[in-house]
Amino acid sequence: MGEVKLHGTWPSAFSYRVIWSLKLKGVPYEYIEDLSNKSSLLLQLNPVHKKIPVLVHDGKPICESLIILEYIEEIWPHNPLLPTDPYERALARFWLKFAEEKCPAMWIAYRTSGEEQEKALKDTLEMLRAIEEHGLVGKKYFGGEKIGMVDIAFGQIAQWLGVIEEIVGVKLLEPQTFPRLHTWIKNFKEVPVIKENLPDRDEMLVVYKRLRERLLTSP
Amino acid sequence: MAEVKLIATTDSLFCARIEWALKLKGVEYEFIEVDIRNKSPLLLKYNPVHKKVPVLVHHGKPIAESLVILEYIEETWKNNPLLPEDPYERSMARFWAQFAGDKCLWGAWEAAKLAEGEGKVKAIESTQESLAFLEKQIEGKKYFGGEQIGFLDLAVGGIPHSLSAMEEAGGVKLLDAERFPSLHKWAQNFIEVPVIKECIPPREQLLNYFNTSISYIRSLSVAKP
Repeated sequence: MGEVKLHGTWPSAFSYRVIWSLKLKGVPYEYIEDLSNKSSLLLQLNPVHKKIPVLVHDGKPICESLIILEYIEEIWPHNPLLPTDPYERALARFWLKFAEEKCPAMWIAYRTSGEEQEKALKDTLEMLRAIEEHGLVGKKYFGGEKIGMVDIAFGQIAQWLGVIEEIVGVKLLEPQTFPRLHTWIKNFKEVPVIKENLPDRDEMLVVYKRLRERLLTSP
Repeated sequence: MAEVKLIATTDSLFCARIEWALKLKGVEYEFIEVDIRNKSPLLLKYNPVHKKVPVLVHHGKPIAESLVILEYIEETWKNNPLLPEDPYERSMARFWAQFAGDKCLWGAWEAAKLAEGEGKVKAIESTQESLAFLEKQIEGKKYFGGEQIGFLDLAVGGIPHSLSAMEEAGGVKLLDAERFPSLHKWAQNFIEVPVIKECIPPREQLLNYFNTSISYIRSLSVAKP
């Protein structure tokens, strides 16, 4: 089915979205770590956003993690990550759009301080509340009985949010306030493909702490 | 009782997109206008997460988010397809639709709403860089979809029209014809297509909305110490 290459960066949550999807479908691929951040190869593959991840299939690049996920779903339809019913698919895509729009808040909270961080923390809480109230009612996973694209899209809440919380010193996802999300995180991390493909939390702490210091001290 | 209802307003390009898609596919629908400023109970019922328009209600089941609705319409009424058949081309259409919304539309809003200053200059530059990418995509083509209007045309379609009103309200020039001749030509053609012209939000309404919003936003930053 053609050569597949994934350009990513460790421990980017967005790279992992693509890794999880490819592994859940058993698609062989070559992983290329983008070592020098904004390498000239990356600029060639993604001239518009200059970001990872980029999936290259048969020499053709696809950018933006959720668009990559939809592409993977269409090329390798087995072990589907989206429902087959158009209405259920629309609901899934609603949550994908939600993830795309709202998840950045937790990263803004990580990268900033003061008033900007306050607002980002508030936005992150609102996002978690919306998911708790409307996204997970009566479901084990967002995808139902098995994980799907929406679970993958929210994967950053399962591991990366905890790291951000520790670094900025604010606990947002309290188990008593977010029982459904808390259970979902536990279940999500037990799925074999996810369990075997999660970046080490301690190593993440080191990397993200260092990066945050650099970000906050640079002009 | 109509099988397909569209909960919308007449001054939103996001709602216009949905009308265009339904009309292009010959789908009958009932247009239900709501007052978004007063959080109509219909909105709370059908879009509890965002309380926004448009919402498509099909057989009583609501779908929100305009591009999500477009994909649903495409999958449910398969005549006059809007998306390309090839998966790679489909990815490209989705990529550019997202780009146009994030970088061109919201970028333009940033540029328009700011008062004169360095921030405004930067926002204008950044938006024009983004528009340049879009210009390349339409060069030499009648529509983004090729010979026929497609998904990307609907996603980008209302943007030049909105930008023109934003430019006037915000005192900026963004989409100038000299620098973006292909985009300009496409926009002019697109707006004249009868189905499109029927549903485009009236410029006066957009201008009013932008004028009011911008005055309010700028007054806030003046009030801050």
